[in-house]
Amino acid sequence: MVTKFKTTIAALAASTILATSAFAGELVINTDTSDPAPKAAFEQLIADFEAANPDITVKWNLFDHEGYKTSIRNFLTADAPDLANWYAGNRMLPYVNAGLFEDVSDVWDDNGLNETLASAAGSMTIDGKKWGVPYTYYQWGVYYRKDIFEANSIEVPTNWEEFKAAGATLTAAGVTPITIGTKYLWTAGGVFDYLNLRTNGYDFHMALTKGEVEWTDQRVVDTMNNWKELIDAGFFLENHTSYSWQEALAPMVAGDAAMYVMGNFAVAPLREAGLTDDQLGFFQFPMINPDVAMAEEAPTDTLHIPANATNKEDARTFLAFLASAEAQTKINETLGQLPIHKDSTVGDDKFLQAGYSMLSATDGGIAQFFDRDAPAEMAKIGMEGFQEFMVKPDRLDAILARLEKTRLRVYK
Amino acid sequence: MSTSRFNQRSIAPVLFLAPAILFFMFYVIFPIFQSMQISLYDWDGLGEKTYVGMDNYVELMDDEAFYTSLKNNVIWLVLYMLAIPAGLFIALFLNQTVFGMRLYKSLFFFPFVISQVVVGLVFTWFYDPSFGLLNVILAWVGLGPVTILGDETWVTYGIIFAGLWPQTAYCMILYITGLNAVDPEQIEAGRLDNAKGWNMLWYIILPQLKPATFIAIVVTVIGALRSFDLVSIMTAGGPWGSSRVLAFYMYEKAFSEYGFRMGYGAAIAVVLFLIMMIYITFFLVKMYRDEKGH
Repeated sequence: MVTKFKTTIAALAASTILATSAFAGELVINTDTSDPAPKAAFEQLIADFEAANPDITVKWNLFDHEGYKTSIRNFLTADAPDLANWYAGNRMLPYVNAGLFEDVSDVWDDNGLNETLASAAGSMTIDGKKWGVPYTYYQWGVYYRKDIFEANSIEVPTNWEEFKAAGATLTAAGVTPITIGTKYLWTAGGVFDYLNLRTNGYDFHMALTKGEVEWTDQRVVDTMNNWKELIDAGFFLENHTSYSWQEALAPMVAGDAAMYVMGNFAVAPLREAGLTDDQLGFFQFPMINPDVAMAEEAPTDTLHIPANATNKEDARTFLAFLASAEAQTKINETLGQLPIHKDSTVGDDKFLQAGYSMLSATDGGIAQFFDRDAPAEMAKIGMEGFQEFMVKPDRLDAILARLEKTRLRVYK
Repeated sequence: MSTSRFNQRSIAPVLFLAPAILFFMFYVIFPIFQSMQISLYDWDGLGEKTYVGMDNYVELMDDEAFYTSLKNNVIWLVLYMLAIPAGLFIALFLNQTVFGMRLYKSLFFFPFVISQVVVGLVFTWFYDPSFGLLNVILAWVGLGPVTILGDETWVTYGIIFAGLWPQTAYCMILYITGLNAVDPEQIEAGRLDNAKGWNMLWYIILPQLKPATFIAIVVTVIGALRSFDLVSIMTAGGPWGSSRVLAFYMYEKAFSEYGFRMGYGAAIAVVLFLIMMIYITFFLVKMYRDEKGH
């Protein structure tokens, strides 16, 4: 397991790198952007920043993605960098509550970010203050094999009936409608999010993830029953509990599965595996309940100043730089994702354009993701329940009762 | 004169033991008590600790996941013992003088040398429902496919089976060493009394292998109780937590991405400690008796 190795290395790296303290005029940045595209994007961003601010030298510590999640707790308390990347929404709440992130409302006010980054302002605000600067987000939706749809003369489904009909046609043709790998659970969270957003709408979904609604509520049961329809119709890849999300790409590449409910980051590996843009398409998760506005899922990545940072002044300069339209255009061009700044240009990739037009037209609200909207513990037990439900749908009552028990404890 | 000698005798052992005792106190005894203390608090590892008394334990008593982990721990303890007869069998088999026997021995010992991480990965592939060797073989006889690691009934057994591979090798090497020390005269005497086969093994060889058996039990119990790496690599506790063991559950609650409930994790650790305590007590009593006997 590569990630486990990397985790250990990252932890070792963390302890050695962080032992060296920063000099004046030196800006220390910790990020987990270790995948090729994010790494290149940050290299470019830092080079541009240094060119614009010759008196500041940036010292950049790159962490492995998985290891970072545990390292951040250590370095925020013990030996804080001047900037660290993290995620918006409930995911940053523990650090805000523990007083480990700096209030950067002044950066927002001084640079007019309340207007230019307005779309993400809500997910950056806790207690009326801003706790970081968002620099990228990406859409979720259904990625599908266009050629398989065409071969079976299936139109892109826009509502629930069409969606189920499309699945039935695919199943009849021997193609699994939706591929998914739930070994690491979160993929099931994505499916739940969309089903719940479409069945009950954004406000209900947020109330649920904030712990304000009972898990045994009839509306949750409705969502799960919709899910059950898909499960009973054989929509999902068999043996999905054994696969990671990357392993679940294989059936789609091989043409054994036709759709994938995923984030835009799935496009890069699908292309690398040999799928062309003629074979690969994207559509918005179809409408289920016509009475609820279409809400989408678009997780936002952010940069924060730790409260214990030494060089907060230069860190603020960096945040302001990162918030600019040009910087966001450039960084997202490399990342293959969407900029937050309203004057930024979106890359001309067809999936980015599709995502951009979908999200710009969204009137139902933008959710972060199940494990970012719900507190960590609720998210874990919730996603475990979803995975179990996908294999044993008969256990619905027991699963929901368990989630409700967790809710009563977690949100007290 | 006599006083300084007395001092030497009484001080020297203390001095020599001091570093070990110090480290043992600091790295073993102190953390045990600290865990017990933390288990009485609600703490995320960052903010303030809140004293909650026995609340963590009360919650634990009502936690399905805890019972699943506990049950799996018991299954591990029982089935891991299979490594001992299996190791003995291979050791007896390898205890012959054939050309190249050293090579065979080292090949059998190989799984113990490679890392548990690699063992886990190899078996994950072996069990893989789409390309794994297991399902290829099952397909030959018209069975399968089975998803060992994705099925709540089979997953724990699948992981234990993977764990038995290196553990058997470990027991085997213990017995091979033990067999070298078996007294040939007793075997000879047994032969004269017409002992062979099972009788020979049961009444003459095994009693002489008692020290090796004892060590094999010790290392196997320890191996079963610290069964963390294989679970973490092969399933990450899944599907839906059905392959968790206490050590992994503790890690999940205290240190994993969605965890950081230090108090609750510590409470699990304390329970695991108490289970180990039963075994440690048994072990200590046995050692004490043996020492007294001599």
